[in-house]
Amino acid sequence: MSILSNLDESSGKLTIAIDGRFDFSAHKEFRASYESLEHKPEHYSIDMGRANYIDSSALGMLLLLRDHAGGDRADVEIVNCNADVRKILTISNFDQLFSIH
Amino acid sequence: MSGERLRVLIADDNPVDRQILSAIVRKAGYDLTEAVDGNDAIEKFRLEKPDLLLLDAIMPGKDGFQVAEEIKGSIADEFTPIIFLTSLTDDSELARCLEAGGDDFLTKPYSQIILKAKLQAMSRMRELHQTMQVQRDEISKLHKQMVADEYAAKAVFDNIAHSRQIECDYIRHLLSPMSVFNGDVLLAALTPAGQLYAMLGDFTGHGLAAAVGAMPLADCFYSMVAKGFSLREVLRECNQKLGSVLPSGYFCCAVAVNIDFNRCTVEYWNGGVPTAYLKRCGNSEIVPLISSHLPLGILNNDKFRDETRLLEARPNDRLFFATDGVVEARNSGQEYFGEERLLALIEDSHPDALFDTVKDQVYDFMNGRDDDITMVEIKLVRPDEVEQIVQSGALDNDSGPKDWKLSYELGPDSLRCFNPLPMLQQVVLQAPHLRKKSTEIYTVLAELYSNALEHGVLGLDSNLKASVDGFTQYYEARAHALAHTDGCVRLEINGSITNGVVNLVISVTDSGAGFDFQRMQAAAGDQVADSQYHGRGVRLLQNLCQQVEFVEPGNQVCVTMTWREDSE
Repeated sequence: MSILSNLDESSGKLTIAIDGRFDFSAHKEFRASYESLEHKPEHYSIDMGRANYIDSSALGMLLLLRDHAGGDRADVEIVNCNADVRKILTISNFDQLFSIH
Repeated sequence: MSGERLRVLIADDNPVDRQILSAIVRKAGYDLTEAVDGNDAIEKFRLEKPDLLLLDAIMPGKDGFQVAEEIKGSIADEFTPIIFLTSLTDDSELARCLEAGGDDFLTKPYSQIILKAKLQAMSRMRELHQTMQVQRDEISKLHKQMVADEYAAKAVFDNIAHSRQIECDYIRHLLSPMSVFNGDVLLAALTPAGQLYAMLGDFTGHGLAAAVGAMPLADCFYSMVAKGFSLREVLRECNQKLGSVLPSGYFCCAVAVNIDFNRCTVEYWNGGVPTAYLKRCGNSEIVPLISSHLPLGILNNDKFRDETRLLEARPNDRLFFATDGVVEARNSGQEYFGEERLLALIEDSHPDALFDTVKDQVYDFMNGRDDDITMVEIKLVRPDEVEQIVQSGALDNDSGPKDWKLSYELGPDSLRCFNPLPMLQQVVLQAPHLRKKSTEIYTVLAELYSNALEHGVLGLDSNLKASVDGFTQYYEARAHALAHTDGCVRLEINGSITNGVVNLVISVTDSGAGFDFQRMQAAAGDQVADSQYHGRGVRLLQNLCQQVEFVEPGNQVCVTMTWREDSE
């Protein structure tokens, strides 16, 4: 598991890319990827392109990010999900909270 | 480490070699003990407990290999490094030194520098081993403490959350004893009207963090169900409760059902639990209970969606739920059990064998690995097969109202958003002589109220419910009519006990136009086919009450329940 984050200064969009298993072991790194920034980004994009598994703690981490990003006003998208990851997000109906592509 | 000097045991039958080694070892800052042969080495080891051994491979009596094996066999946890002293140069002989339990070897002629370096290296290894030992003991102590704590926490949890209802014949479940620490929780209770409410919850995470939420959830669920709240109200309250106690990022996936054994219906809500299934008896039809909501504890109550769905069922149909442990169970090839496999099993197995088949197949798939699997099956039994778990607690028959009357009227805004039944149930329970019949009374109240509201005020046609599609239509029409009604419902309850005879009169009047009750009463007297879901309400009232009287033009009904207090 590893997490790479990249802030595009011009668009104000923070992209967080998850590689491998997205579970509790990613907790610290995932939080650090957005909490360490000086200014809050306007948009967030979670790139699941290389994530092969997520569990419920990862869903919890996504909720924490959403809270941090402004709760109901947050602009958080989850992109490039494979079928397994997509299924977990769908069962939990996270499409009601995030825009999932 | 302590600053104590380490003690080295030198075992060599050659006095000259012993002298040379002793000089080097002493100079390097170690205390020493000497042994002249194998037996002496074992004896000195036992008596002096040295920290390091220099052991000649070839000695009279027991040779170095035997001594090393014996010594290493006698010390279980400690690590006492052994350095073999040898003039052997053959590779396989040198390897034998290590196989016998040696940790290193030193070949003749002895080099002072190499020996000193090896002694230091071995001391470091010994130190490392001791540190590990201390940490291992610490971890083991903490682990024991944690297990003890979990058992204590589980006992508290069981006292709060475990319902004997779960042990009924018609509920089968697989739930590991410590499942609450996987975040899995199963709750089940009968409502005052004899419906079964069951909830399977799966909290985020593992361990204590996953378990703590189970207690407020159980507490909330049981108290709401006992008071006669609707499933939607129970869910709303549970969501509110969890939202307020769980830290951000923690939530509870849950599926909840309300099984009405009288009407043979299943009302369900699924938020985040993998698809559950209703397996029909007698054909292979399977109805999926799909997750259409966010889990509990995420949304504020103003955003929370409590919409339930309603399914018709038949006696002997089965409901099957499982947490994600089943579909995510993995075999040795790291392959998932998966939803398709589960669905195929449910489709193919006979209802009576469903639970065991799924259980066996999942365990076979995992090949005995002990993963935590939580699954539940509920059988739709006939109402008379539902076991009532009687609430214990002595009743004080002398206190409480003995002759009382209540009149309660709900206007349109109240009808839209308020359920008066739990409150009325509480009023009824105040009278000790009514408690024994509380299930029957609640059923009658619920029946009268829903008839007055749905047919009287809202003018819905219960014939709609006769077909599968109509069932859904009915509830859509209900929601629509409720939003636009300006009607009202008035309830009057009159309770008394005279000379041991209990008398309860309930009268319900609605603002509707009334209906042709004579024709309906005639029809209700006939045998109603099992497939007809409507018209059962009136039969139910007639079974539970001594008298059921409709008043012209049919917008008022008055029922009387009478029994002798000492009967039964």
